[in-house]
Amino acid sequence: MFNKDRWKEIVEVMSSNVVRTIATAFGVGWGIFILIILLAAGKGLENGIRQDFNGVATNTIFMWTETTSMAFEGLPEGRNFNFKLEDVELLRQNIPELRILSPRNSIRLEEGDNVVRGTETGRYRVFGDYPEIIEQNPMYVTHGRFFNHNDIKEKRKVVVIGNRIRDELYNDDEEVLGTYLKISGINFMVVGIYKEKTSNGGGENSERQIFMPFTTFSQAFNRADNVGWMAITAKDGSSISNLTEKIVNTVKQSRKIHPKDERAIGYFDLYEQFNRVQSLFGALRFVAYFVGILVLISGIIGVSNIMLIVIKERTKEIGIRRALGEDPWSIRLQVLMESVFLTIMSGMIGIIFGALSIYGINTLLNAVGPVDMFLNPSVSLGVVVSALLILVVSGLLAGFLPANSAIKIRPIEALRNE
Amino acid sequence: MIEIKNLHKSYKMGKNSLHVLKGINFSVEEGELVAIMGSSGSGKSTLLNILGMLDELDEGSYTLDGVPIKNLNETKAAQYRNKFLGFIFQSFNLINYKSALENVALPLYYQKVGRKERQEKALKYLEQVGLKQWATHLPSELSGGQKQRVAIARAMAAEPKVLLADEPTGALDSTTSYEVMDLIQKINDQGNTILVVTHEEDIAHMCKRIVHLKDGVIVEDKKVEQVRASQYV
Ligand SMILES: Nc1ncnc2c1ncn2[C@@H]1O[C@H](COP(=O)(O)OP(=O)(O)OP(=O)(O)O)[C@@H](O)[C@H]1O
Ligand SMILES: [Mg+2]
Repeated sequence: MFNKDRWKEIVEVMSSNVVRTIATAFGVGWGIFILIILLAAGKGLENGIRQDFNGVATNTIFMWTETTSMAFEGLPEGRNFNFKLEDVELLRQNIPELRILSPRNSIRLEEGDNVVRGTETGRYRVFGDYPEIIEQNPMYVTHGRFFNHNDIKEKRKVVVIGNRIRDELYNDDEEVLGTYLKISGINFMVVGIYKEKTSNGGGENSERQIFMPFTTFSQAFNRADNVGWMAITAKDGSSISNLTEKIVNTVKQSRKIHPKDERAIGYFDLYEQFNRVQSLFGALRFVAYFVGILVLISGIIGVSNIMLIVIKERTKEIGIRRALGEDPWSIRLQVLMESVFLTIMSGMIGIIFGALSIYGINTLLNAVGPVDMFLNPSVSLGVVVSALLILVVSGLLAGFLPANSAIKIRPIEALRNE
Repeated sequence: MIEIKNLHKSYKMGKNSLHVLKGINFSVEEGELVAIMGSSGSGKSTLLNILGMLDELDEGSYTLDGVPIKNLNETKAAQYRNKFLGFIFQSFNLINYKSALENVALPLYYQKVGRKERQEKALKYLEQVGLKQWATHLPSELSGGQKQRVAIARAMAAEPKVLLADEPTGALDSTTSYEVMDLIQKINDQGNTILVVTHEEDIAHMCKRIVHLKDGVIVEDKKVEQVRASQYV
């Protein structure tokens, strides 16, 4: 089937009218080009947005307290309250699907600087956290270490500071680790520096925070067993969104909140957000395929049309070949192969141009620096393979009508027109 | 070799139907060289096309080398044509983007003969028609007589049982016509069965038997003393 003679014949036919061949092929190449570019653009957007979630456990909600909106069991409406450490234990026991429970306390930021180092001062947010928070927050330690469970147990007065704080309170060449900061009048030793994982926006303020062990914080700032905020991550098999109701209800019960009180407990469902973005990518991909394939279809129709004309022109030749004893199936196969060959060749050119354009855009992006929500547009091998598959199918479709009209040619009719 | 009994053929054109062949009885032995003559429109080509399985008969029977030819589908017809028959046309009908050699090799390709063997055989037949040096030339680079000789080589290449030639000299001047007839006679000398449709008396007399068609029937069928074409070239 794929012998040398067939290929020779295909090449002969294609090269007998180069201009027409190129014009025919153009539509298909253009369709694939558009498909590739759209998919790459979608991927670029996806990469850009996904980077914000990079390394963060996305199966997570963040939960905090507000004031109650309903009176309950003798307690008034408009009451302020805190979570308690026992709530954390309760959640851990009642909901085994949870993987990480990070309680947190923080100092409300007030007017004026709260952090002092020698003559330098600054106004920064301060958090008391558990070590696991590093899995739920898009940050990583660049110098030293994050605090650990020993620090928690022994309530060590250690802090991890953001990179911007380092810039603001220290000289460039100064050793930071082991130095002390005075936070609201208490001394803490710096054991690590962290950076944000995301490239865009937010970074400025999120690198101006101070983290210390939860227990240290509670003792230093007299929080007793209060908990201000929690980050809760479910195990990989379960969706945190499905657990949210159970979590909130458990806490409502133990905090004596009216079961119908919608305001008392606030939360942010990162997972839902993430999934929404995921489905957006799905939709983008769908649009890319849809548009690309529409353009491709017009290309296919073009190829089909021209091939029909070519078959008409070759009527006599086909008649001669039939008279000499060529099997009709062989003629059909020949036409189909011509069509598939033509579509694949032009598709390849489309892919190559697409790849070059993507390469160009990437070079440009690298030159101008990071762009918000757009990173490294690219197509995977999978996309290229499916594009090729699409091409083969298109080629077969495009060749179908011409092939049929070719085998309908009766040799006697073909030989007659002289 | 060929046996035709009570062959009828008509063409339908709208409501009318044109009865072209009206009961032909005709047989050809192996090794014969038969000329088919008759005025224009008498049905010579129609008869030849039916013999060549390019067209179907309406009524009657046709047996080729003991094989009854009827109800052939296209694939089968193609196989039979390839195996049993070689065609020579008035307008040569070479494929214009293929070289002389490739044209000659074509029927062998359809027989699925390997590439190398195909080339060798094709070259052998080109040599027989005296065009070995022209093997790589395209038809457009050949004269009419040369083209017809390539076509004859092509018809011979598959070693068919019968050669069918529809006015093989119709497009050639007399000298070239005689060259082509000389070739046909030589092929016939080797024992091949050949049918030649022609208008020209002198060409017909270079065959061994002349069949006259008129109004769809055979009006005359006679053996003749063969005139050798070689004496004119
Ligand atoms: N496909 C066809 N449809 C309709 N009529 C046809 C067809 N083929 C041939 N004829 C008619 O049949 C008759 C015989 O045609 P044929 O071609 O056999 O004649 P011929 O003897 O070969 O003539 P010529 O010497 O001119 O080649 C003619 O009247 C022709 O018009
Ligand atoms: Mg005729």
